[in-house]
Amino acid sequence: MTASIEITIDGRSVGVAAGTTILGACRSIGADQPTLCYLENLTPVNTCRVCVVEVAGSRALVPACSRRVEQGMEVRTDTERVRHSRKMVYEFLASSVDLSLVDDATRDWMTRYGVDPDRFGPPAPPAGDRDRRNAGHHADPALDAAETVAQPVKVHDELYVRDYGKCILCYKCVEACGPDAQNTFAIAVAGRGFDARISTEFDVDLTQSACVYCGNCIGVCPTGALMFRSEFELRKAGVWDESAQTVTRTVCSYCGVGCNLELHVQDNRIVKVTSPLDHEVTSGHLCIKGRFGYDYVQELGDDLATTPIDVVLASVRGRDGAA
Amino acid sequence: MHLRSSGVRRRLAEDREREDTIDLHLMSASATAAERAAVDAMLGRPESVWEGGARSAVDGHVAFGGYHAAARRRHLLLPALQALQGEIGWISPGGLTYVSERLGVPPAEAYGVASFYALLATEERPRRVAHVCEDVSCRIRGGDALLAALGHRADVVPSPCLGQCDRSPAVLVQRAGEDDVSLWGATPEDVTRYLAGAPRPHRDAGEFGVPQTVDRRSELRLLHRVGAVDPWSLEDYRASGGYEALARSLEMGAAAVIEEVKRSGIRGRGGAAFPMGAKWEAVAMSGAEVRYLICNADEAEPGTFKDRGLMEGDPFAVVESMTIAGIAVGATRGYLYLRGEYPIANRHVAAAIVAARRAGLLGDDIAGSGVAFDVEIRIGGGAYICGEETALFNSIEGFRGEPRQKPPYPTEAGLFGAPTVVNNVETLLNVPMIVLEGGDAYARIGTPQSTGPKLFCLSGAVAVPGVYEVEFGATVGDLIEMAGGVTGPLRAVLLGGASGAFIGPDLLDLPLTFEDTRAAGLSLGSGVVMPFTTEADMADVVRRIAAFFRDESCGQCVPCRVGTVRQEETLHRITIGSPNGSRRRDVALLAEIDAAMKDASICALGHTAGTAVQSAIALGLIGGAP
Ligand SMILES: Cc1cc2nc3c(=O)[nH]c(=O)nc-3n(C[C@H](O)[C@H](O)[C@H](O)COP(=O)(O)O)c2cc1C
Ligand code: SF4
Ligand code: SF4
Ligand code: SF4
Ligand code: FES
Ligand code: FES
Repeated sequence: MTASIEITIDGRSVGVAAGTTILGACRSIGADQPTLCYLENLTPVNTCRVCVVEVAGSRALVPACSRRVEQGMEVRTDTERVRHSRKMVYEFLASSVDLSLVDDATRDWMTRYGVDPDRFGPPAPPAGDRDRRNAGHHADPALDAAETVAQPVKVHDELYVRDYGKCILCYKCVEACGPDAQNTFAIAVAGRGFDARISTEFDVDLTQSACVYCGNCIGVCPTGALMFRSEFELRKAGVWDESAQTVTRTVCSYCGVGCNLELHVQDNRIVKVTSPLDHEVTSGHLCIKGRFGYDYVQELGDDLATTPIDVVLASVRGRDGAA
Repeated sequence: MHLRSSGVRRRLAEDREREDTIDLHLMSASATAAERAAVDAMLGRPESVWEGGARSAVDGHVAFGGYHAAARRRHLLLPALQALQGEIGWISPGGLTYVSERLGVPPAEAYGVASFYALLATEERPRRVAHVCEDVSCRIRGGDALLAALGHRADVVPSPCLGQCDRSPAVLVQRAGEDDVSLWGATPEDVTRYLAGAPRPHRDAGEFGVPQTVDRRSELRLLHRVGAVDPWSLEDYRASGGYEALARSLEMGAAAVIEEVKRSGIRGRGGAAFPMGAKWEAVAMSGAEVRYLICNADEAEPGTFKDRGLMEGDPFAVVESMTIAGIAVGATRGYLYLRGEYPIANRHVAAAIVAARRAGLLGDDIAGSGVAFDVEIRIGGGAYICGEETALFNSIEGFRGEPRQKPPYPTEAGLFGAPTVVNNVETLLNVPMIVLEGGDAYARIGTPQSTGPKLFCLSGAVAVPGVYEVEFGATVGDLIEMAGGVTGPLRAVLLGGASGAFIGPDLLDLPLTFEDTRAAGLSLGSGVVMPFTTEADMADVVRRIAAFFRDESCGQCVPCRVGTVRQEETLHRITIGSPNGSRRRDVALLAEIDAAMKDASICALGHTAGTAVQSAIALGLIGGAP
């Protein structure tokens, strides 16, 4: 892996180790590219296509996140074709998915490419049948609206919610639940085409699926489609405030593995738990105890709830029995 | 992967022990005796409780299976699901759970696969369902009328092209516990009769003919047996020259066969026009211990039916050609990936494989040569995308039929990660000829850059639809003339199928060669030539093509998954006359959608999903000038 490969990126010569991806090469010279389905701790699936670049000699554009560099490769990241495809990918997504919770970097790229999702018409109303559509069939399109993946939020337990109206089908949660981290395989992509969706078998509730509530899918979701129930309820109640939150890094106290936790705290209450992607023990992944088992450090209860946050958190814990 | 610990599996095992605590959901999720029998008939009986069988004393002490055993059996997932569909009529939660247990596939993944295919139902539905073709050719030749006459019923669903465009309207009656029935020239009475359970009709060999064989058989190289030689008889096949090429190729040796194929200049007939010799050589030289040959018989490009004709009418030639190819590239196993909508071709080729095996022409010692090769048929589940070669690999391996990003190419890492040759049925059927006559002689047929004979699928508004064989060089007009001419004033011709393009009457003189079509910015595709008269509702035809791509997109990548939806919506607005802003704006939007699908999609489905629409707009087929 020490062999150095010379390529050019937008005319600049770059030497990188064999096996590096185009994205890695771009990042090595500070020329970051947009990504949605790529994450350092997951196998690239190259499905979102927002990272596409032009490679001399290749007819179609090439995904920077998965394509490995080859000697003499000439890469262009800012041609008209690249800008157009990236803009369209963002517009396709923004016109069909609720992107209100994507990160700032994505928002910046969307601004840079002049994304205007309204070009396809106003969004169609939410559908109630997205989990039951048959492959190979669809209803005629509405004439005055653009179809979306909007649908009711799945709130089935007190630990986390699944709001697939925000799902861009990046496959990250499936990878995290499957071979890249958890090896539980509770969720997979089901259906086909625009009706493809993340699903348990026959869409059974998570509590009846193989899910072990490690929350690793939440940790990798780029759009807020998967969210702690606490965050979901706090947002709904209008009291979620990231600017008022602190993040404290600590070590999980349940066992001796040594997973690092990041406790997100608002108003002296833990409101969600993450783990750093680059932590050598976890690579960002935890188990149910580290992810959700934090309530023992904070006493909540209807009689004790005083702040608005406490009221919401107590109600979450109260639902469906004890947390 | 650590499949043993999957939650569902664990719960099921617990539930069997503590029957009193079974909750309702899981009760409904255990397989019926009939479901178990259907799956066991496919997979054999389970050997231990770990595989969903009865508990025996030893099971408490030994865990059979495990990750590696499960991974080795994953490729049986689609056949097992098809066994449920074929016997029970749908894949119930209990049936799926049992398949998952048997194969060690997580239920969520098994559901992801089951719900990917149009011919698999994950909700209960009637045991007999008629899939009535509503695609481009049938809709102008009686398919729409047939659907209308049948009215709204739960057991009648519209279908994409069934590969019988030469005999519209086409219907596939999919039936649980009985044979599926393929119907053509179908009437409402035919459909209702088979929906009511009438036995599959007996077809005689004469039905698998092609119009051209009637008066010009002697000139035909690919079709000479079709309709003339009994497709069930190995003797008749041999009497008409069959298996001479295999014998010859065994004498020549693999390297010499590949050399002849390279000299022949033959390019693939499946759409991508890749030189066959280069593919074979790459796999032959790979040095890999395991290699595969795949005959791509998924034929689902709307307007295409040539491979069906070959498989129904000359099934032994398919088997012989695969055998020569497999041995030449060093594969010991070949797969024929056959679309699920072709029950007749399935029966014919399956019978040919059995007969060839009995005669020692497949198996461990082919024709006494000591060389091993065998062929297995894999049936598709109703997904056009599974004809894309890398999606086809995933389908056989038991995963969703999602294409893989290339590189790596199939010749480096294909089926099960091994070097793999994928060739179209028609491409392969040229092999015996190349072996017997030599590559140089073959290269003299056709034009220098497009060598050999070529099949074209004539349907739509022609007098005598069918498969026509010509030497490369024939023009669009020549072919239409062979098919008895257009049935009215010509408006446009769809060339290459739904992923091809419309051309106007001004291009009738275009020679249908790789080089001439490329120069004209077109593609031969799978050899579709489908004329439309001025009578045809072209806006409706183009909308159908857009709907087709939306239905058939695998859904993996954003440009195609959403692009095909936006394309269809925008096209509807334009054709129905309520544009979003203005027609000019919507036409420009369509071009932008097309550009992104072409440039940024993973596979050629997305790359070509906008081609026909763009050509229709350029030709003014959908309401006036752009
Ligand atoms: C969406 C899609 C569908 C395809 N369907 C088929 C098919 O049904 N049969 C086929 O031979 N090739 C099909 N192809 C082309 C194959 O990927 C592949 O190029 C071909 O089988 C190679 O064989 P050939 O070289 O003999 O043409 C399809 C390609 C795409 C993108
Ligand atoms: S919480 Fe863990 S086990 Fe459950 S779906 Fe998410 S990743 Fe899979
Ligand atoms: S739920 Fe989130 S992580 Fe999963 S596919 Fe959708 S957007 Fe990606
Ligand atoms: S282009 Fe379409 S069919 Fe091909 S991988 Fe992408 S979504 Fe799937
Ligand atoms: S980030 Fe590369 S394709 Fe999604
Ligand atoms: S069979 Fe109906 S269009 Fe092909």
